[in-house]
Amino acid sequence: MVEKGIGQPVPRKEDRRFVTGRGRYTDDINLPGQLHAVFVRSPHAHARIRRIDKDSVLGMPGVVAVLTGADAEADGIGPLICGWMIHSRDGSPMKMGTHRVLATDKVRYVGDRVACIVAETPHQARDAAEALVVEYEELEPVVDLATAHDAPARVHDDIPHNLCYDWELGDRAAVDEAFARAAKVVSLDLTNNRLVPNAMEPRAALAAYDPGKDEITLYLTSQNPHVHRLVMSAFNNIAPEHKLRVVAPDVGGGFGSKIFIYGEECVVAWAARRLGRPVKWREERSEAFLADAHGRDHLTHAEMAVDEDGRILALRVDTKANLGAYMSTFSSAIPTYLYAPLLSGQYRIPAIYARVRTYYTNTTPVDAYRGAGRPEACYVVETLVDAAARELGLDRAEIRRRNFIPKDAFPYETPVIMTYDSGDYATCLERALELADYAGFEQRRREAAARGKLRGIGIACYIEACGIAPSQAAISLGAGVGLWESAEVRFTHTGKVQVFTGTHTHGQGHETTFSQLVAEALGVPFEDVEVIHGDTAATPVGMGTYGSRSQAVGGEAILRACNKIIEKGKKIAAHLLEASDADIEFEAGTFRVKGTDRQKTIQEVAFAAYVPSSYPPDLEPGLEASAFFDPPNFTFPSGTYVCEVEVDPETGQVSVEKWVAVDDFGRVINPLIVEGQVHGGVVQGLGQALLEHAIYDRESGQLLTGSFMDYAMPRADHVPDFVVEFAPGSPSPSNSLGAKGAGEAGAIGAPPAIMNAIWDAIGVRVEMPATPERVWRALQSVRMPQAAE
Amino acid sequence: MPQVRMRVNGREVSGEVEPRTLLVEFLREHLGLTGTHVGCDTSQCGCCVVHVDGRSVKSCTLLAVQCDGAEVLTIEGLARNGELHPLQRAFHECHGLQCGFCTPGMIMSALELLQRNPSPSEGEVRAWLEGNLCRCTGYHNIVRAILRAAEEMREAPQPAA
Ligand code: FES
Ligand code: FES
Repeated sequence: MVEKGIGQPVPRKEDRRFVTGRGRYTDDINLPGQLHAVFVRSPHAHARIRRIDKDSVLGMPGVVAVLTGADAEADGIGPLICGWMIHSRDGSPMKMGTHRVLATDKVRYVGDRVACIVAETPHQARDAAEALVVEYEELEPVVDLATAHDAPARVHDDIPHNLCYDWELGDRAAVDEAFARAAKVVSLDLTNNRLVPNAMEPRAALAAYDPGKDEITLYLTSQNPHVHRLVMSAFNNIAPEHKLRVVAPDVGGGFGSKIFIYGEECVVAWAARRLGRPVKWREERSEAFLADAHGRDHLTHAEMAVDEDGRILALRVDTKANLGAYMSTFSSAIPTYLYAPLLSGQYRIPAIYARVRTYYTNTTPVDAYRGAGRPEACYVVETLVDAAARELGLDRAEIRRRNFIPKDAFPYETPVIMTYDSGDYATCLERALELADYAGFEQRRREAAARGKLRGIGIACYIEACGIAPSQAAISLGAGVGLWESAEVRFTHTGKVQVFTGTHTHGQGHETTFSQLVAEALGVPFEDVEVIHGDTAATPVGMGTYGSRSQAVGGEAILRACNKIIEKGKKIAAHLLEASDADIEFEAGTFRVKGTDRQKTIQEVAFAAYVPSSYPPDLEPGLEASAFFDPPNFTFPSGTYVCEVEVDPETGQVSVEKWVAVDDFGRVINPLIVEGQVHGGVVQGLGQALLEHAIYDRESGQLLTGSFMDYAMPRADHVPDFVVEFAPGSPSPSNSLGAKGAGEAGAIGAPPAIMNAIWDAIGVRVEMPATPERVWRALQSVRMPQAAE
Repeated sequence: MPQVRMRVNGREVSGEVEPRTLLVEFLREHLGLTGTHVGCDTSQCGCCVVHVDGRSVKSCTLLAVQCDGAEVLTIEGLARNGELHPLQRAFHECHGLQCGFCTPGMIMSALELLQRNPSPSEGEVRAWLEGNLCRCTGYHNIVRAILRAAEEMREAPQPAA
């Protein structure tokens, strides 16, 4: 076993800089002569811009420029794009409303960018932003998703009914037929609440223009610097791609919100060139609430047909998804291809049909947030399964058992275009029930009742599609880019290893896990490996980090580059050892002539490659290799979460008492880190289930939950201690590591586990978030007998 | 513009600041101590926690001029001679951080807890962290790290920070 190799809980390399305050986040970087940008944002949800009076602030102290949408247009700055084309059921393409980096004609949500003030200091820029006179003609906003279709107003004047697309997946006729012969049908209306991602580091950008090289360097908070560079050059005309360097240094969390190409970063880069000085922008938290893409926000009517034994016959789902005011970078893919193909859950469901209509509203754009479509699907399926169990009087674990796709049925093709790679669902469920003492639950319920509390237990069995994505499949479904990943592995003269990856780490610990991978593959010390990411000038073109893809796709690219190094190393070693290539074997960092003790270490071989005094004549010097990996399929992590809650019937307060997670992530590189991913994901899911809700005023379209005072974030005392275990696992056949990805599981599985537990506790279903008020009202509505009686 | 003087991490510093300058701005922008972070504008996230005269405070909530003459300790001043403080070490060993953005504030906040209460229970740790948000870790490993550091500090008491 290699020290600090694959499978070991190695504490992270990157920690030292963070625990000593030496992290280097975008806002920590300053450049000589830098100016400061502050955005003037719309106070209205929907209004026509009548006039922007630049003169109202141009004389103010320190003000250097006031930039507007008209200036951007005059300089040829292009609008923002959505990178995934969806076609409606009738074959027509989605209707994309123009999304400018700064608004010109209308503002379409509270927080929409109207102008950018650039000044010598942040205070001066802020003063001017407050003073800028903008005249608006207020228009009636479209706020409510449920009524957007028939709203009198249009978010985009040329898009009727505010409807972006009306899309479907699955076999409608087969579903109708199955419903017609079902013993029972359960149906539910479900709301998947709108969330604000709230990575703790607000977005920031710092751009500098070098006139000598005619080049822009842009530091920014990004999960995918190469994607930022590509879009900003190809569509926004910020600079030609080879003249734009994008650096994402340390990034303080993303959860999706830092994937997207927003207007602010484009304006900062453009302003730096236009003004000839570096320009810096740092978002305030209250801006982040308005300006960073939100997540979820679905209204769904879902029906499940079952036979008398509780076997699922079919699923019918009709979802309205909120797009917000504009299409964000990947917004179209989230409620379609990242949602409906997961509606089969862990179950053998013969027929599924989903229809999704996506509407514009005068609210912040909505896009991927941890899980992105998959939590919405899991919530639908797992709530319906509980509903069916109730309807049939079946145990909730038992109904799941009866419907699981059996272990030997993989690869399993669902009726909604996915081919699950591998899985062992029953093992996860049984182990989770055992750890949770499911059998002893009724006893605990009685004990709680004696204390006047209502106790409930909930189960959720989730499925997730990770390892995004097989490029051809994704492109055939509308993706505008390939979703492979790249790596370069380089030995130095002295036998150290540099790994350049196209992924980005913003909390996931790639510097550690990729080092473990390389230590194992090349047999070098973990400490001798350095992982470099986040700089388009240093790393190979890569697609970045989201969709739990970095290990399963990026890790595999690294491994393949290592294999190329070993192949070349064999030739060098053969020459040095005067043997034939075929006789050289490589193990644990050593090349050896088979069956002998004649050997060279990989470090000796690397030295020989760079100082080729004696060297194969037909071989290039140097020891480095690059690889691209395009996965043949998604990976499908799965697992079971069991949650126990107690509800105080007097107040409606829910407390999560117990949490068991059994996950099958395939092969786990670093259990310490992967457990951490589960903890974090589960707490985000807990936030969605119990606390978090972005609420807009229905009349005015103002975001009522626009700060940490009004938007409840999970805190340490909301959360129980977790029991997290990894199932023996079903390694993914989609990559040679067998890794599946673990970043989003918690956020996918947690909400239904909690909500099912609350349903069990109080006997009536409530919507997320299950705030004390909602739970209390629900209890009143069913006039629950007092728990203690 | 008013002049402020303070001792930061044992070093005398001074500077001219606009009266509205926050302590966190003074630390980050005047002194280049960027380990103290800003995660909100409503004094709720705790990313900015430092110690002023031995008490943990949110440095986004104090004006620099209010700290004239004060003794300030930031995350950069916690390790001594290259040796990590037990809290820093425990956060590392227990994987109590992911993106690291909340970490300086978490550690500085936990430091005061352990100075006041060397043997906190898990519940006391969770309650104390009420003013510190972390979006990455789910708090589980942060709590473990603080409990582990407490144990270590009880066994080998630290010189007063
Ligand atoms: S920055 Fe959020 S509390 Fe100080
Ligand atoms: S580690 Fe990222 S916010 Fe706490």
